[in-house]
Amino acid sequence: MRYMFLIYSQEQSEPLAPEQAQTLMNNHWAVMQDAREKGILVGVDALKPTNTATTVRVSGGGALTTDGPFAETKEQLAGYYILECKDLDDAIEWAKRIPTGCKGAAGCIEIRPVHDLPQRP
Amino acid sequence: MDARAAVESVFRQESGRIVATLIRISGSFDRAEEAMQEAFAAALAAWPANGLPLNPAAWITATAHRKLIDQSRREKTKREKQDALQYEIETLGRPDDWEIDETAMHFPDDRLRLIFTCCHPALNPEGQVALTLRTLGGLTTTEIARAFLVPEPTLAQRLVRAKRKIQEAGIPYEIPPLPLLPGRLTSVQAVIYLIFNEGYTAGSGDQLVRLDLCAEAIRLGRMLDELLPNEAENLGLLALMLLHDSRRYARVSDSQLVTLEEQDRSLWDQGEISEGLSLVDEALRRGPLGPYQLQAAIAALHAQARNPQETDWFQIAALYGRLVEFNSSPVIALNHAVAIAMSAGFEEGLRRMDAVGAGGKLDGYYLFHAARADILRRMNRFEEAAEAYRRALALNTNRIERDFLARRLAAIK
Repeated sequence: MRYMFLIYSQEQSEPLAPEQAQTLMNNHWAVMQDAREKGILVGVDALKPTNTATTVRVSGGGALTTDGPFAETKEQLAGYYILECKDLDDAIEWAKRIPTGCKGAAGCIEIRPVHDLPQRP
Repeated sequence: MDARAAVESVFRQESGRIVATLIRISGSFDRAEEAMQEAFAAALAAWPANGLPLNPAAWITATAHRKLIDQSRREKTKREKQDALQYEIETLGRPDDWEIDETAMHFPDDRLRLIFTCCHPALNPEGQVALTLRTLGGLTTTEIARAFLVPEPTLAQRLVRAKRKIQEAGIPYEIPPLPLLPGRLTSVQAVIYLIFNEGYTAGSGDQLVRLDLCAEAIRLGRMLDELLPNEAENLGLLALMLLHDSRRYARVSDSQLVTLEEQDRSLWDQGEISEGLSLVDEALRRGPLGPYQLQAAIAALHAQARNPQETDWFQIAALYGRLVEFNSSPVIALNHAVAIAMSAGFEEGLRRMDAVGAGGKLDGYYLFHAARADILRRMNRFEEAAEAYRRALALNTNRIERDFLARRLAAIK
């Protein structure tokens, strides 16, 4: 089954110390490399912080564009992985290895199974 | 035994095992349940006419298996699980082959898979409990709804949601691999104990003890010990439930709550006590030590005292001291303080109790106020005791427990 791993992290005003940032990247690279070698890495990206976010909401024929993420929460979406896993237990094991501190403080991973959309003819 | 009674008895005893096997074969909770229901309906029609089969459970499983095969033939859709089903059909013999080998049908670990799936931490606790009672306990949706005092549609919705999550999120139907087993076993034990506690102390309503849930939890505890026999904590959990349950007839009298201290100890179920005591011994011998064993050992000390004065509070306090190492919950710390009050002295106990409640952590917990009130009462500090009883009363919704607190409050006035 295909799963998306949404990385939620608390954004800090101060950037990470260089050595912390390096450790974090190394840990991400280790996960990516392992996933790639096992042939299960479908996608991975890091996102810029939410002060770069723009939200667009179309309703009643018009579009409302606002600054910022759609919801102000304690932890923000910071990046994602998409991995092909055997089942949820397998996915949980991968989730435990993905670093969540990329925007400063510790965070969490939300695992979401990816829907199989019907192919366009 | 008439045929209907026989069908009901087979359902009660064997439905967990049967549905576990059918889920493995079909890969679907819903299809397995549907096929099993049809098979029991078929039994109701066939058994009165033809007499009971030699092995009723095998008859039901074989019939349900045939229903599954018929179902899959009818469906002919491209569901993902279809392949697994076709494979099973090939390995388990042709559909019209009535002599399905029983050993092929009953894998001993099917119920173990089922309980780990039902108690998967990715399901919410309400869903875990409902699904465990529905599948392994063989209780109906109506029975579970009644036991948990929720409307039947609510309970049905919980079951639907849990089953859908299993299917959609890919929760495996497997015994967890060894490295994950201890953590996952903890969540299975927690679900069983939750069921027991729900039966033992109803959170609200008029009835203090709902015996069906206690009996069901004990049955599940026995099953878990049978399926994973080398786990000391499984024994500890079973012992703990038996020792608590042994006091069921003494805890309530004329719809009034009776404290441990005031209970008529001749009403305690000696059969359950002696089984509980020997299980505690066995668990502690086997080790490693765990929180259920410690709680069972505490319950065992209470069970062994012929009267309240004989209670070995020093040892109980020591056991709570160990329990705190496993579980940092303030509720355990509160019990530790009570045991200290009863052994080392009220002053010291009260001091500890207030330290546990410092910062208002337990302000919303009625037992904190009730326990404080009880110690204050024993110290003849009646005004403070009355105030604590009033706070406990304001927080509790169970009628029988409220009556008890009100009586205590009235007694010190």
